[in-house]
Amino acid sequence: MSEISTDKGTKKKGQPKKLSTRVDFTPMVDLAFLLITFFILSTSMMKPETMEISMPSKDKVKEEEQTKVKASNAITIMLGKNDKVYYYFGTPDTAKVKITTFAPKGGIRDILLKRNMDVAKQIFELKAKKANKQITQDQFTAESAKIRDNKAAPTVMIKATDESNYNNLVNILDEMNICSIAKYAIVPIEGRDKEMIKKKDPDSGLK
Amino acid sequence: MPKVKVARKSTALDMAPMCDVGFLLLTFLLLTSTFIKKEAVQVATPKSTSEIKISEKNVLQILVDNDGKVFIGLDKQADRATILEKVGEKYGLSFTAKQIKDFSLVPSFGVPTEKLKAYLDLPAELRDMKENALGIPADSLNNQFKDWVKAAREINPDLIIAIKADQKTPYPKIKNVMSTLQDLRENRYHLITSLEEAPKGL
Repeated sequence: MSEISTDKGTKKKGQPKKLSTRVDFTPMVDLAFLLITFFILSTSMMKPETMEISMPSKDKVKEEEQTKVKASNAITIMLGKNDKVYYYFGTPDTAKVKITTFAPKGGIRDILLKRNMDVAKQIFELKAKKANKQITQDQFTAESAKIRDNKAAPTVMIKATDESNYNNLVNILDEMNICSIAKYAIVPIEGRDKEMIKKKDPDSGLK
Repeated sequence: MPKVKVARKSTALDMAPMCDVGFLLLTFLLLTSTFIKKEAVQVATPKSTSEIKISEKNVLQILVDNDGKVFIGLDKQADRATILEKVGEKYGLSFTAKQIKDFSLVPSFGVPTEKLKAYLDLPAELRDMKENALGIPADSLNNQFKDWVKAAREINPDLIIAIKADQKTPYPKIKNVMSTLQDLRENRYHLITSLEEAPKGL
C-alpha cells in the first residue's frame, strides 16, 4: 500500500519470488488513534471533589444537654440576596449587624481570619510542614485536630435567608475550611435575625 | 558530464513504533479514566477548595437543578430494579418486566411516581427530552423524594449520599432537600463541588 517498490527487477527467471515479511502497520495505527480519540471524548479522568458535611439531627435535645455557645466566641453569619453577607458577634441583643461580601480580600474571610488568628496561623504552619514532607498525613491529622480543639476559637453559626442561593452556602462552608474554623453549624434563621437585616439593609429583599 | 544520480530512497516509514505508542496511550486511558455518566440535567456545581474525593461505588446522587427540581441517580443497576419495585409497592404501582429492565438502564431520573409508567414506556431517546425532566416532588405535601431515599437506604446500608446542585439553586429548595434528609436521620452527606485553588498564605 504505502510501500513503494525500489528494486529494479534484478531477479532472474526461475528463482522463487522472495516475499517480504514486513507488515504494513498504518491501518493498525489508524485504529489505535481512533480508539484513543473515542476514549478521550467519552471518559473523564477527574473524580468530582466533594465537601463532607454533618448536619445536626432533628431529634429534640433537652435544654440542659444543649451546648451553649459562649457569647464572646459566637459569630453569626447570615447569607442574603446578591451574594451579600451579614454578620454580627455575640448575642443578637447587644450586637450590631454589619454587611460584607465574599471577596477574597476585605470580605468575610478577613473578618473570620482576624477572629481565628491563633488557630489559622498554627494550621498554616502545619500545612507548610506537611508540604515539605516533614510530617506524615497521619501526624498532620492528629496535630490539626489538637490545634482546632481550642477553647478560645470562635464558633460560627451560618444562617441562610431564603434570598440566598446554593453557591453562597458552599462558599461560606468553604470559608470555614480556609479559615480553619472547627466549630460551625448551619442553623435555621430566626425572625429576630431577619428584623436585624431589614433594619440594616433596606433592599435586602426579605419579607 | 555524467548526470548526478539521485539515489531513490524508500518513502515507507516503519509504523510499528507509532502503533506501540498508540496502544500504550490507549491502555493508559482505559485504566485511568471512567466513563462520563449521563445525567438527567446539566448542573454547574459551585467551586470549593475542598479536595476530598468521593468513592465511585455505592453513591446515591441527588441532583438539584437551578429551578430546584430534584433528580435521583443510583449507580448499581441491580439496586435500581429493586428500588423501583419497592417504591412501586408503596404507591400501589406494579411494573412489567420490561419497565423494570428499562428503569435499571436509566442512570438518573426525575419523574413523579404517577408518571413513571408512561415515562418508562417511552423509547429511550425520547426520555431525555426537556419535557420529561419534571423533577421528583419533594415538598412537604407530597414528598416522594423521601420515599426514594428511604428505599435506597433500605436496599443498600453502605450508601453514600451526595448532593450535586446548581450554583443558582435558591436556598429554600436546598433547605427542603436537606431537611428531608435530616428527617430520615441522614446527617452526613457530601456536597459535590468543582475544584478551586486554595488561597496561598494567610
